Amino acid sequence: MDKVSLELGRGEILGLIGENGAGKSTLIKVLAGVHKPDSGRIIYGETEISIPNPSFAKKHGIGIIYQELNIIPGLAVQDNLFLGSESDLGLIKGEKEKNKARKILDTLGANFKLSQNCSELSIAQQQLVEIAKSLLIDINVLVMDEPTASLTGHDVKHLFKVIKKLVSEGLSVIYVSHKLEEIEELADRVFIMRDGKHISTKDKNDFTRNQMIEEMVGRKLESEFPNSVSEPGETLLKVEHLSYKKIISDISFLVKRGEIVGIAGLVGAGRTELVRLIAGAEEPTGGSIAINGKIAVIKCPADAMLKGIGHIPEDRKDQGLILEQSVLENFSLINLRSHSSYGWVWNTKLEKKLGDYKKQLSIKYSGSQQKIKNLSGGNQQKVVIAKWLERSCDLFIFDEPTRGIDVGAKYEIYELMMMLLQKGKSILMVSSELPELLGISNRIIVMKEGQLVGQFDDLTGVSQEDVMQLCF
Amino acid sequence: MSSWKILLSDYGIIFILMGLIIFFSVLTIEKQNIIGADAGIFLAEEVTQSGRQGKILLVTSESLDDQDLSQAFKANLGSQYEIIVIDKGPPATRNQIERDIENGDVPQMIVTSTKVYRWLLFQDFPNHFPELSGVPLINQQTSKGSNFLKRENLLNVADQIAVIAIMAIGMTMVIITGGIDLSVGSLVAFSAVLITKLIQGYFGAEAATEFEMVLAGFITVVMCGLIGLLSGVLSTYFRIPSFIVTLSMMLIASGLAYTISEGQSIYHVPDNFVWLGRGRIGGIPVSVIIMIILYVTANILMTKMVFGRYVYATGGNKIAARLSGVPINKIVTIVFTICGLLAGVGGIILASQLNSGSPTYGLAYELYVIAAVVIGGTSLMGGEGKIWGTLIGAFIIGVIQNGMNLIGIESYTQKVILGILILMALIVEKARKRS
Repeated sequence: MDKVSLELGRGEILGLIGENGAGKSTLIKVLAGVHKPDSGRIIYGETEISIPNPSFAKKHGIGIIYQELNIIPGLAVQDNLFLGSESDLGLIKGEKEKNKARKILDTLGANFKLSQNCSELSIAQQQLVEIAKSLLIDINVLVMDEPTASLTGHDVKHLFKVIKKLVSEGLSVIYVSHKLEEIEELADRVFIMRDGKHISTKDKNDFTRNQMIEEMVGRKLESEFPNSVSEPGETLLKVEHLSYKKIISDISFLVKRGEIVGIAGLVGAGRTELVRLIAGAEEPTGGSIAINGKIAVIKCPADAMLKGIGHIPEDRKDQGLILEQSVLENFSLINLRSHSSYGWVWNTKLEKKLGDYKKQLSIKYSGSQQKIKNLSGGNQQKVVIAKWLERSCDLFIFDEPTRGIDVGAKYEIYELMMMLLQKGKSILMVSSELPELLGISNRIIVMKEGQLVGQFDDLTGVSQEDVMQLCF
Repeated sequence: MSSWKILLSDYGIIFILMGLIIFFSVLTIEKQNIIGADAGIFLAEEVTQSGRQGKILLVTSESLDDQDLSQAFKANLGSQYEIIVIDKGPPATRNQIERDIENGDVPQMIVTSTKVYRWLLFQDFPNHFPELSGVPLINQQTSKGSNFLKRENLLNVADQIAVIAIMAIGMTMVIITGGIDLSVGSLVAFSAVLITKLIQGYFGAEAATEFEMVLAGFITVVMCGLIGLLSGVLSTYFRIPSFIVTLSMMLIASGLAYTISEGQSIYHVPDNFVWLGRGRIGGIPVSVIIMIILYVTANILMTKMVFGRYVYATGGNKIAARLSGVPINKIVTIVFTICGLLAGVGGIILASQLNSGSPTYGLAYELYVIAAVVIGGTSLMGGEGKIWGTLIGAFIIGVIQNGMNLIGIESYTQKVILGILILMALIVEKARKRS
């Protein structure tokens, strides 16, 4: 971070945006007392303060809600709320505190009990617990880091309502997000960072979305999505009456060669579960999957791989990558069989292949031995795509392909997807971002409560609202 | 990062081992008797440095060491010396010296080996031969040296740690997949008892042939492998945490060892049963050779082969590995089987070293084995670790134990110190990793 000056008024919402690595998180951590600034000062109200540690920030009314929620799933709501603020004897607070907590949860519109176990709550509900936790200690400033990353339409709307209400009562909010439409809806002013520097701050109305993107990325952008050029061919994947326990029931659809089929729906509608069935992560309890007109029995991920299905899971860090391993090792993992003889791995060959993809997909890393966790989200995703490309898959399943990836890199991922189509590959994509779904899909299917509730074969003239209506 | 820096960060633990070796080497320095050829060279140097020339009387015994001594002595002295060797005992020596005095042909120097110097004849030399008061008597055959660094002692360290080190290979793999195997100590007892019982009960006890002993060993190792396999199956397909599975296996294997042996030690094995544990090939203990072969194999398996990649991937991120088509359950099961097999091998070597089998063997070995693995830099969280690191870890434990024996620390105190040193090694390692 380099000489950043930020001003936040009482009862104001400041939208903080910038690409990954722009310094947003560092800025937040300085406010939270996690990092100490090398120079500069913080003026809070009338007085100059320094924030030596997180508990100091908390005591002085600066609340931070991180992207990863700090909720302990095994504990009840009330225990999570009072975690760390128990009385000296370690006893849980009494009725008075509970009443206060109840009141706060009510103002947040929470529909769950204090005694409920947090593991039973949805992500959106857990987030309300997190907000309530901050409000319990009379805060003046609330910093939220991508609070909607795992929420869908309805929950986002509710969250916004809550934020606006709190702000009207005098709270100041710094709202960090990659989703520009959220910034447009919520923020009073927009604060843009790039490469650790403050680029500009303007009133929301003085910015167009494209201007925001250009300032974040530092160059002009033609458009948010590349043009689709492919012509869909014959049917590649045919799913019929697919069912899984009580989560997925009787789903039929097909994916043609050279097209992107998007799956829309709310979180919990069964989208991820559906693609996991096709990828072999789970075994279907009914129905059939056919590849190239032949019934494919898929019982495990290895089966799906043999049938030419590549799966790029929703949660890159937990399911897609082995973070502690190198770029080369992550790239190699699914390609070991084809690059080894009698169990002996041909490392130089793999390294050369990786080098080819590095050029082709313009992946940025310092060396093939670099740990993959040190790459940016966009580059990590490219490595994942490269490993499946090397495996010569026909069907790529993308589950939230651009989650946690910044604007500039998003466009590159979309371009990669177009390149796959040109090579005659097909893509099945789950996304919670409607603009993305509408922007790059050839067709969209909509899921609700484990069932297929709608299908758009021609997307010309289809609006976000049209799709949303089917989701609810 | 340049490659040597990577090496440094990967194998920083090697410096701890070297530090310990230097520490114990210095602490165990004392006067050493040099014998054999070394002594001969040493004495020849003394003679050359004295500047005298002419007739030299070398008195030695008939022992092999002294024969080496006199050969080396002669080889290292120039032709300007006339060397007379006497190796026929005190009377012959006395006769020779008296004859020389009579002939007026006294030697310029008399050189003896340590053994010979203890003879009464030389202890009271000036009184016996006042005529020879001007003739130097050279016998200084000691020098400063470290007991720890003696070749024999170093081989001893390797020999003593071989069993733990071999078991630690399997444990490293298990821990890299994110599991743990607590049953290996009991498997050692089970294995030692089983092989000796098989030899005693089915292969003719002391009369067992080599083939029968190999067969008994094979059966034993397979049985231990099956127990490992069972642990693997239970902890994967039945999804019981490996800690609990192997804790149960530990009880089962120990109980079986007591049952098979009826709580007694089993001694009725052929004399050459000890070859595996005490035998040597080219001066190197057989157990150490087995250890080296296993380490080289395991290292290739873990770094160059698909299997190894799958092991690391499984431990690094089970979900991602499965979604990438890695047969994680199969890998974990194989790894537990290997761990069982190697514990079996360890038990057989231990039984051979002690020339018997007893259900009390291997007590707390699992802890030493886990300590060796963890000191070697393998993360208990899984996904990270190196086979060579484990070997160094095992040697750190071996060096500490051996060194403490040499400087005479009592065995109870040794345990306390070993525990503290292991903790210190880990603290140093963590600090190094962070920096």
